[in-house]
Amino acid sequence: MNTVRCDDFVEWVTDFLEGELPRETERQFVNHLAECDGCDRYLEQMRFTLQQLRTLPDVPLRHAVREQVLYAFRTRPRS
Amino acid sequence: MGVELPSDAEIVVRLRASDEKLFALLVDQWSGGMVRVALTYVPNREAAEDVVQETWLAVLSGLDGFAGRSSLRTWIHAILINKAKTLGIKESRTLPVADTAAPAVNPLAFQNSAEPHPGHWRQAPAAWPSPESKAEEGELVRHLDDAITELPPRQRQVLVLRDVQGFTAHEVSAAMDISLANQRVLLHRARSAVRARLATYLTPERGAAR
Ligand SMILES: [Zn+2]
Repeated sequence: MNTVRCDDFVEWVTDFLEGELPRETERQFVNHLAECDGCDRYLEQMRFTLQQLRTLPDVPLRHAVREQVLYAFRTRPRS
Repeated sequence: MGVELPSDAEIVVRLRASDEKLFALLVDQWSGGMVRVALTYVPNREAAEDVVQETWLAVLSGLDGFAGRSSLRTWIHAILINKAKTLGIKESRTLPVADTAAPAVNPLAFQNSAEPHPGHWRQAPAAWPSPESKAEEGELVRHLDDAITELPPRQRQVLVLRDVQGFTAHEVSAAMDISLANQRVLLHRARSAVRARLATYLTPERGAAR
């Protein structure tokens, strides 16, 4: 069993996903992942969370605001 | 997301030549995300839409000054953030909340020093059920939105720019005028809080330790 603690692992997740963990820490992180079901699930849930964030629906502009913006384009002073 | 856009260089040429159709396409493709970003600075939807409107007007008058040093979308978001900051400061009635340091996971989820494996999970995080209907997907989105709203401001700003809008670490640290390392710390806290919030919703039977 390697010496990585799960409460350290969860603090390394973002650095790992960003590719910013030092080489040796990254090796420990990956080894721990292979032998700890809890941390494996934690990382999987973090990836799921990120995937959900990336596909959140937009908050559309109200029609009136959109029309004002397009009107400004049509009537803008030309250089 | 939507129709594929021409290159930045072509967009700029066509906008300068008054291609209104292309401008409308940009407004439709980018405004929704811009409202989301503005909402991380200002208190409500109306104020956020004002920021987006002002941003588009500034884009029109500044288009000749766009030098292509960043992508057009990044450039527009930098304008947006400046406008949102100014308005956000005007509108906020409370003092800024500190982004307090908190562990990624509730310490109760881990064994203490009196237990056999200190720092290891007491119990692995419970599996999350995947949403099985449109209604459940909608619920998930609502919980995500609430989780984002509840984040301290700077965490919220970094998370929305990085994870919702998909900007790079460099783009976000430049736009927010913070270091890369600081950006990463804020992102980590924000992501951890959002995951914890989803865990509370998806596996409520687990109580505090997740
Ligand atoms: Zn572990």
